[in-house]
Amino acid sequence: MPTQSTTPTDEPALIRRILAGETQLFYDLIRPYEKMVYVTIYAMVRNEQEAEDGAQETLINAFRHLASFRGESKFSTWLVTIAMNEGRRRLRKFKTAAEDSLEDSADDHDGDFTPAFLTDWREIPSEALEKKEIREKLRATVQTLPPIYREVLILRDLEELNQEETAAALGIPITTVKVRLHRARMMLQKLLVPYLKESRPARKGFFGRMSP
Amino acid sequence: MSIACKHVWEHISEYLDHQLDPLLLHEIELHLENCEACSAILDSTRNVIILTADDRTFELPVGYSERLHARLRLIIQGPEPTPSNTKS
Repeated sequence: MPTQSTTPTDEPALIRRILAGETQLFYDLIRPYEKMVYVTIYAMVRNEQEAEDGAQETLINAFRHLASFRGESKFSTWLVTIAMNEGRRRLRKFKTAAEDSLEDSADDHDGDFTPAFLTDWREIPSEALEKKEIREKLRATVQTLPPIYREVLILRDLEELNQEETAAALGIPITTVKVRLHRARMMLQKLLVPYLKESRPARKGFFGRMSP
Repeated sequence: MSIACKHVWEHISEYLDHQLDPLLLHEIELHLENCEACSAILDSTRNVIILTADDRTFELPVGYSERLHARLRLIIQGPEPTPSNTKS
């Protein structure tokens, strides 16, 4: 979701100038990504203060280690990798190892699932977007996903990184990105759709009987 | 319908990301034309993705950028000299 106020082609030059001593330019470099860094960490840690502290730490680390950015990946990918690591570090503070391993093992399960059936919701997006409570519900629901799925969903559907960038940021193969993204979206669909159905008058029809 | 609903669900994500090979895409589109349940699942999944990407779903706290820049300034420029500050 970075706003493209600086074009990616400006970035290598900007980075060279920062490293050469024009440190003030760091603010320009990160401006398009300030929100991305916060949202990435927020979606992981589920706490505003932690996310804000984490975002600050991420960008401080990025400044301190800018010389180690080789330009092999995009700057945004490099930055989001630091943000992800910061988010994970903060999560570990709150969670027991048992909880982590329980959630991480979810990838081992076969993605056998039944999506939520609903015909009532297809025309909703613009309406739904206007409802604050639906955005809140989505935010809360994203945070109930197991971390391995949540991370991929955040990078692909929230930050809108492509498959290659997501794979690079998470250090996983592209095929794994695809599988996890699919499962994450399906989990979200299943968790969210019944709630959204309740939020508007049901339309009676054949498929109404198929709803859970 | 030549393919089963369950088979369609397995490919919804790739369908939405335009990653299906032409043959499977054709089969799925044929199925979707005739299966209201699967088209509803497809639509609702697409809507979930739209909602997730919406800027208003995940918002920044008020004053975030100012606080971030203030913190960065301490690192980039160093702390403002004060009488009690003897470091650096």
